[in-house]
Amino acid sequence: MKQSTFDRQDSVTLDLDHLRAQFPMLQRRMRGKRFAYLDNGATSLKPESVIAAEQHYYTELSANIHRGVYEFSEQATVEYDQTREKVARFIGAESDGSIVFTKGTTEAINVVAYGFVRKFFGPGDELVTTEIEHHANLVPWQEACKATGATLRFIPVNPDGSLQLDALEDVITERTKLVAVTAMSNVTGYMPDLARIIAAARAREAVVLVDGAQYVSHHPVNVRSLDCDFLVFSGHKMCGPTGVGVLYAKNEVLEQMDPLIYGGDMVTKVRRDEATYKPIPDRFEGGTPNIAGVIALGAAVDFLSQVGMQAIAAHERDLLAYMVERAREVDELVTYGPDDLSSRGGIFSFNYADVHPHDAGALLDQEGVAVRTGFHCAQPLMQVFGVTGTVRASFYLYNSTEDIDALVNGLARIKGVFG
Amino acid sequence: MSLEDDLYQEIILENYRSKKNRRKIEGASLHAEGANPSCGDDLELFLSIEDDVVTDASYEGVGCSICCASANLLCESLHDRSTQEAREILKQFKGMLLDDLEPDFADEISDLEAMQGVKNYPVRIKCALLPWNTLGGLLDGVQ
Ligand SMILES: Cc1ncc(COP(=O)(O)O)c(C=O)c1O
Repeated sequence: MKQSTFDRQDSVTLDLDHLRAQFPMLQRRMRGKRFAYLDNGATSLKPESVIAAEQHYYTELSANIHRGVYEFSEQATVEYDQTREKVARFIGAESDGSIVFTKGTTEAINVVAYGFVRKFFGPGDELVTTEIEHHANLVPWQEACKATGATLRFIPVNPDGSLQLDALEDVITERTKLVAVTAMSNVTGYMPDLARIIAAARAREAVVLVDGAQYVSHHPVNVRSLDCDFLVFSGHKMCGPTGVGVLYAKNEVLEQMDPLIYGGDMVTKVRRDEATYKPIPDRFEGGTPNIAGVIALGAAVDFLSQVGMQAIAAHERDLLAYMVERAREVDELVTYGPDDLSSRGGIFSFNYADVHPHDAGALLDQEGVAVRTGFHCAQPLMQVFGVTGTVRASFYLYNSTEDIDALVNGLARIKGVFG
Repeated sequence: MSLEDDLYQEIILENYRSKKNRRKIEGASLHAEGANPSCGDDLELFLSIEDDVVTDASYEGVGCSICCASANLLCESLHDRSTQEAREILKQFKGMLLDDLEPDFADEISDLEAMQGVKNYPVRIKCALLPWNTLGGLLDGVQ
């Protein structure tokens, strides 16, 4: 999953005009200016095909799945399960049985925290994570450790937000039962060397969860060559709708786990005092799921596959390089993240001198530039940087150098107010 | 109106930059911390009260310009006020931002009106109110 796994020369360049025309939000203006959407780390914009798929379900099917004997219910079930196949193929999973739909990354991590950690961990066991994680990949583990008596340990972090992988052998020990790590930091874009972390975990027979919320939407992924046990990600960050996400789990791991949600749709037989459960993955999808969302996620996967994940990754790498180059023109900028751009995805975090990120973001907004400000659900990393927050620009396939120029020009407005 | 006219006016920027009240009061009669979890703003407010009169007020911590300017204005406006008067100023300030009420501050603290423009920026209202809500918590503890 390292950047070097694809060859820059092979990548096709994106037809930006053609792509941008498919995103209704990009036709809007913000504060009367050209809309420069640089908050893709928070959520992505949606192409027409995804919006149409969501609407298609409500206008042409609108039936529940797995229950009706009538045509529209059958069709809805088929389309729902087709997304499972598409997602499995998209991430190179061995079977669609290992794809569980959740409402997002956060829920997927909680499914693992409850169904795996709380079931199997006890005092003396250790769970390893890092200080660069999104709160979603930290807080569930804190609570699961409290409940089981297991200990939470951290791969040490460098001042630039990269991980000290030389310390892996010290942190991942025979007591380690799970390693939970992000594939890409949502603050700096840093992409740790997952192959190395997973090899260290394997050597100790620990299970590995990869938080792919920022990575999967921007890079090609193959869970089999990566050899992780869990991969979690959110539909809304990959051109899909909100309220749907994915838990990939190796079949043999998923088989051992307990569901988080019990009720209808996940059972085979229910008697007064007990019930038996469906096979994986259905056992993990109790209740009526987000059917429209899942169907639209299928359309998002189709869209991304058509554009090409390698081309998207290459495009964002070019944008990051351009951003870093333009940022050099502005002496007041303080930037965060490793200098080695080959270890980073399309995210650029900064502060303008000592101007509070909130003030910087409010002035950029006036220029039509949408950025995220604050601590990005990653307060431990903010502590490493010694700041309370940053301004974050995060790129996607439809961004152009024009968006970055708008950001850099907007910095003049910050200078105008705060000097 | 531009953001610069509305929000980032000179009075607000001056109060934001002012270091006068940005300090701890050792042995303060009252102090409390206030935080906005969504943006990371986090400040501590100190009050010295003698015979029910505020003799000194200060704040420390991190916040955006709107939050800090608001905190500085708060400290300035409370000097030599009784706790009852402080409650009245608090009520007017909140009414100005939340209920669109025309404020009627005494002349010497009319700078508080500079914060009125914040009401047009819903996400910033909580920045401006953070120090005041913290004050409210403190005053609730005073009989
Ligand atoms: C790295 C990372 N992990 C987890 C999440 C949580 O995703 P969601 O809010 O979609 O559950 C995010 C979202 O910002 C993220 O960036």
